[in-house]
Amino acid sequence: MSKRIDVKDLNVYYGKFLAVEDVNVTIEARSVTAFIGPSGCGKSTFLRTLNRMHEVIPGGRVEGEVLLDGDDLYDDAVDPVHVRSQIGMVFQRPNPFPTMSIRDNVLAGVKLNSKRISKSDADALVEKSLRGANLWNEVKDRLARPGSGLSGGQQQRLCIARAIAVSPEVILMDEPCSALDPISTLAIEDLINELKNDYTVAIVTHNMQQAARVSDKTAFFNIAATGKPGKLIEFGDTSDIFNRPKEKSTEDYVSGRFG
Amino acid sequence: MSNATMTRRPSQFTKNKLPKWSIWAVLVGALILGAAVSSLFGFSPVSMAVFAAIFFVVGGTATAGAVEGSRKAKDRFATYLVYGAFIIAVLPLLSVIWTVLERGMPGMTSDFLFRSMNGLTGAIDNQTVAEGTPVLGGAYHAILGTLQITLWATIISVPVGLLAAIYLVEYSTGGPLSRAITFFVDVMTGIPSIVAGLFAAALFGLIFGPGTRTGFVAAAALSVLMIPVVVRSTEEMLKIVPNELREAAFALGVRKWRTITKVVIPTAISGIASGVTLAIARVIGETAPILVTAGFARGINLDVFSGWMSTLPTYIYYQIITPTSPTSTDPSTQRAWAAALILIILVMLLNLAARLIARMFAPKTSR
Amino acid sequence: MSTKTVSPNTLRRQGDSGQSGDKIFSTASLLAGCLILAVLFCVAVFLLVQAFPTFVADPAEISGGSGFFSYIWPIVIGTVIAATIALVLATPVGIGVALFISHYAPRRLAQGFGYLIDLLAAIPSVVYGAWGYAVLAPQLALAYEWLANNLGWIPIFEGPASNTGRTILTASIVLAVMVLPIITSLSREIFLQTPKLHEEASLALGATRWEMIKMSVLPFARPGIISAAMLGLGRALGETMAVALVLSGGALNASLIQTGNQTIAAEIALNFPEAFGLRLSELIAAGLVLFVITLAVNVVARWIISRHKEFSGAN
Repeated sequence: MSKRIDVKDLNVYYGKFLAVEDVNVTIEARSVTAFIGPSGCGKSTFLRTLNRMHEVIPGGRVEGEVLLDGDDLYDDAVDPVHVRSQIGMVFQRPNPFPTMSIRDNVLAGVKLNSKRISKSDADALVEKSLRGANLWNEVKDRLARPGSGLSGGQQQRLCIARAIAVSPEVILMDEPCSALDPISTLAIEDLINELKNDYTVAIVTHNMQQAARVSDKTAFFNIAATGKPGKLIEFGDTSDIFNRPKEKSTEDYVSGRFG
Repeated sequence: MSNATMTRRPSQFTKNKLPKWSIWAVLVGALILGAAVSSLFGFSPVSMAVFAAIFFVVGGTATAGAVEGSRKAKDRFATYLVYGAFIIAVLPLLSVIWTVLERGMPGMTSDFLFRSMNGLTGAIDNQTVAEGTPVLGGAYHAILGTLQITLWATIISVPVGLLAAIYLVEYSTGGPLSRAITFFVDVMTGIPSIVAGLFAAALFGLIFGPGTRTGFVAAAALSVLMIPVVVRSTEEMLKIVPNELREAAFALGVRKWRTITKVVIPTAISGIASGVTLAIARVIGETAPILVTAGFARGINLDVFSGWMSTLPTYIYYQIITPTSPTSTDPSTQRAWAAALILIILVMLLNLAARLIARMFAPKTSR
Repeated sequence: MSTKTVSPNTLRRQGDSGQSGDKIFSTASLLAGCLILAVLFCVAVFLLVQAFPTFVADPAEISGGSGFFSYIWPIVIGTVIAATIALVLATPVGIGVALFISHYAPRRLAQGFGYLIDLLAAIPSVVYGAWGYAVLAPQLALAYEWLANNLGWIPIFEGPASNTGRTILTASIVLAVMVLPIITSLSREIFLQTPKLHEEASLALGATRWEMIKMSVLPFARPGIISAAMLGLGRALGETMAVALVLSGGALNASLIQTGNQTIAAEIALNFPEAFGLRLSELIAAGLVLFVITLAVNVVARWIISRHKEFSGAN
């Protein structure tokens, strides 16, 4: 498991509007890559292009290449559904399916695709995924209860368990802690550190300390002005970005002068 | 008057304000005056109520105007009118329900519920009236007809309405087609029911020859009325399903149609079911389209594809308009009101069911 | 050379069955949407086709013996009179009831009162017809007699009054009761959407409750009230059973308290079951006229609503 992603000359559009311009970046396998930048700079938009979730929004389209271990996601013959089952995603707000139990939420990726799975395999998968999300001990006695009864942080870890249950190569996280309290945030950050042993992780965050704590590589996005496209300004090892930035705007941003 | 109020300086805020009891004083005065004026025309409770209401509004406004000023008086006047409007609106409701209960109850016999009108002639009704025996004949055939026609209308309307709503919410991108559908669905909700009936009659008349009248034609007519209701309510319900749930499913590599059928619809199912129930409640009482499409039967017909069929509303209508016995109409009137009672009970049960479904099976989206 | 020319893209689809499911489902839902448009189109076309013989027939063969226009004209007028009276009666009451529920009734009871008014909409039209015929008409007959005796010099109250009370005014009152819930529920939604800030601003200026409603609620809700009334009008124009049962119809008559007048919908319902041949096309042509009138009224109402998009969720 875990593959690397190479992005080549990627332009992202909403209809005619160019939202993100000319991104070239490499996301290494078994590592955590953080995307930081001010609001509206296109980092979330960019993240969504990595598993073709961008085109779910009407008018969303891209130009350029995104290669998963050399295979282009945007090749004409590629089925976006197939891409998404290999590149999972965790969203800003925890979004467990309200009609399903905790167990069914974890199995959602399997069950919703009507794949047949024996009960013992399902039990094993639920336990493995929940353990992988550091949630097993908290919910093992109430797997049949609705997922929406959990706390925000637990719900978010349930969503992570749901994502890893379909055994993806890559996990994308779109500000996964922005709706959570500090303690839940810490639990998620610990989890991200463990996930990178098995998965490629890309995370968008507003919180620079979080980027510094969890990531190996950091990409800084910025926007010249509202209505202009967002751009990748600088990409490198996290310690370099925070301690020895090459660009002036990166330095301004990480030192808290704007954004 | 207690000591406390005597010694304390009167509050500035209560100056020029009518005391609480004044409204009751005005009411009593209005009732007395109303009774007096009403007896001038030959007393009746209805005219007394009307006159008392007028005196109450005028008197209340005038006292407020004299003590509290014209702005307060206008406020009072408006308040009386608004409350009055509500009372006026509720009166016919109570009157209808009371009438149906009072006149329908005597006819609610097991004979009525489980017998049809087959073989029941005016002579039998005449004999019933002459000898004072219980009214014979029932609405069993009409109850069965109502259920069959409504069932078929539901079978046609729900898939079409559901899919159209899914198209509007899940697939369309706001282009001209979806705007046209939305607009014409709205317009369709305003089609007169008799026109829907004529349409079905004309359509089946062209295909199967003029004068084709069966239960299925009626069901088609009702579908024209039911589809827009189903589309609108389903559309509203699908729209409030959070987009995050769709994205969560997509991100798991779930196909769109499975996302819709297994995530979106289950989340909205209580609202959809309640909307469908209300739509059924709306068409089950329709009369005009049935008159022109299903004809009228006196006996039981269990085949919606051939032969005329009665429903409760047409049964009521024909029992009133063309009583079975033209000379002694009482048995027919009694049957009509009993059928009306059954119909109202059906409709109220459906409305109640819709509310219960909406409340009990509401998804737990609270965070 | 990039890797993709060397090794085949592993992400390419491999005959996944789910994809055809997607196709089928989206096509089905598109078809359902189009079916609705087709049905509406067919309503117009089939009515036209079936009504056509009426327009080419010899005028002497049409009921009344002098052509379709003179046949349809009186009942169009009758329809408009009945619906207009119903609207004039129902609109003020409907607005009052809506205000009562949105601004006057105690908060805890308001929702219950709302359900109560919704029940008015739930009662089947044939039951209203039966009620109007058996309960309301005899009561009103007394009032009509008084009107004829005392206000008979006004043409609309000219005597002798019908002694069964089954007149167009009675039918209009029943129609008013039936459209009341439509007007109420739409207006209520719009009153509740009035920005709270506007209301509080006027209250903070020392306005009484009525002044607050006059200053902030009614101006905000005006387009909504107009379209609610139009939708009510559409319903009143097309309502069949209440009129068919209540009205003892006849020729056009200026007096509202005598028998006479007829509406299109009731004319169809009363005559269709026995009609055949040319009479059938005549009635279908009448239905077509009714369809066009109600369509026009509804389109205008919807157009007003869509101009004020925030009201679109109001029904």
